[in-house]
Amino acid sequence: MQDVILGTSVELPQAVMQSVSLNLTVNGQQREFVVEPWTTLLDLLRHEMDLTGTKKGCDHGQCGACTVLIDGRRMNSCLALAVMQDGKTVTTVEGLAAPDGTLSPIQAAFIEHDAFQCGYCTPGQLCSATALLQEGHAHTPEEIRELMSGNLCRCGAYPNIVDAITQVLAQAATPEVA
Amino acid sequence: MNRFSYARPDTLTAAIQALAHPGARAIAGGTNLIDLMKYSVEVPSQLVDITHLPFAKIELLPDGGLRVGALVKNTDAAYDARIGESYPLLADAILSGASPQLRNAATTGGNLLQRTRCYYFYDTATPCNKRQPGSGCSAIGGTNRVHAILGTSADCIATHPSDMCVALAALEAVVQVSGPEGDRSILFSDFHRLPGAEPDKDTSLQPGEIITSVDLPAQHFSSNYTYLKLRDRASYAFALVSIAVALEMEGATIKAARIALGGVAHKPWRVPAAEEALAGQTPGSEVFGKAADLMLAGAQGQPGNRFKIALARKAIVRALKQAANGTPQHATDKQIQ
Repeated sequence: MQDVILGTSVELPQAVMQSVSLNLTVNGQQREFVVEPWTTLLDLLRHEMDLTGTKKGCDHGQCGACTVLIDGRRMNSCLALAVMQDGKTVTTVEGLAAPDGTLSPIQAAFIEHDAFQCGYCTPGQLCSATALLQEGHAHTPEEIRELMSGNLCRCGAYPNIVDAITQVLAQAATPEVA
Repeated sequence: MNRFSYARPDTLTAAIQALAHPGARAIAGGTNLIDLMKYSVEVPSQLVDITHLPFAKIELLPDGGLRVGALVKNTDAAYDARIGESYPLLADAILSGASPQLRNAATTGGNLLQRTRCYYFYDTATPCNKRQPGSGCSAIGGTNRVHAILGTSADCIATHPSDMCVALAALEAVVQVSGPEGDRSILFSDFHRLPGAEPDKDTSLQPGEIITSVDLPAQHFSSNYTYLKLRDRASYAFALVSIAVALEMEGATIKAARIALGGVAHKPWRVPAAEEALAGQTPGSEVFGKAADLMLAGAQGQPGNRFKIALARKAIVRALKQAANGTPQHATDKQIQ
């Protein structure tokens, strides 16, 4: 890319190493890839694995649509280089339901509470909420809102998203009656 | 993103050697560097992945302080039991910044080294002395709502965007670094610099040096503290003004005070005279107002950010009250108490 206005040429450096191999376990499946070092995890998932549930929203870590779980932790896959994830386990929205298709509790609660409109942010919201439930730091609607702030919803489904998460939190807190 | 070679050293010596490569940059969490590379603001020829180095631990120091490894994730620092108990000011500051996703990726060392969020620094179609020395400053005379009011220069009015660093400044942390010339310790107040005539230099880190840890002194300030952050939306936004206060109380009297401001300067802003003015005083609006005036001495606004001077004054007074009363602001609480 040329920085035209300032008249400075930004020369693209020659890469010494063009591609790197890496192992990833994605939604329970172990895979080996050979990637260029500048490939993001988001692009790898979408282009190499056809896992297009994970969305490219802003591509700058501001919207959360690309949220996936890396070793169980929610991360923005647009800001993660694939080569740096070697040996790690990745869960995308496609991996949240049980193998027989039974929705996870948070997926079912999103449907029950109509926690989306256009649906573009939903995969990121679901992955983020899945991690939030496991983290155990959110106990109130205020804490849910604060700890879901990395996922934007331009349709404004926030109240229903908070309701869905609140319901699953309450279910988890209620001991099952045998 | 530009093309680059990738190295993944597993020893500090190998990392320092790899960083000697012209155009090499260290990468850990990558939350700022990868973003800047997507905008062609950063164009490294080699990325040195330092995540395999052994700096991901939080350890007690012999003097009672705590060593936070450079690779400790922001999330792990914020929820660490020892930090929560002894340095709640630091935990609160970390949790008021970014989002859970970013805190899961971002590291302690990377937080110190993040670049400004000045709009013009990111926009390669505009002049910016920090990005392109000598090209000019577009923020002066431009849109400057988020910019600095203290310690600015004719060449740059950018701010340092970190919340964590504001707490670290108040706690007087020490930055441990290693480089081609060996190891050295940098006082937190000396780590970040003012823009002056060289706004392209954010810190006093020398070429080839990497941060190995941030050490917290034994003095905790775990009873009378607060981190108050004011911003354009309720969460997940950089501070317009933020403030870390740590007080050491002796009965109803302030024995010692630490105050650091964020969002107002090229580095976390401290004024020894303001802190000294609080020593030996009984908490009260007048005393706090005087300290606020000393903190903001010489403040100069731009048309877009003059409001920050009044905002900062009120924030300082409010935060001092919170700290003196032992009622810190929590990141979740959107009402200022």
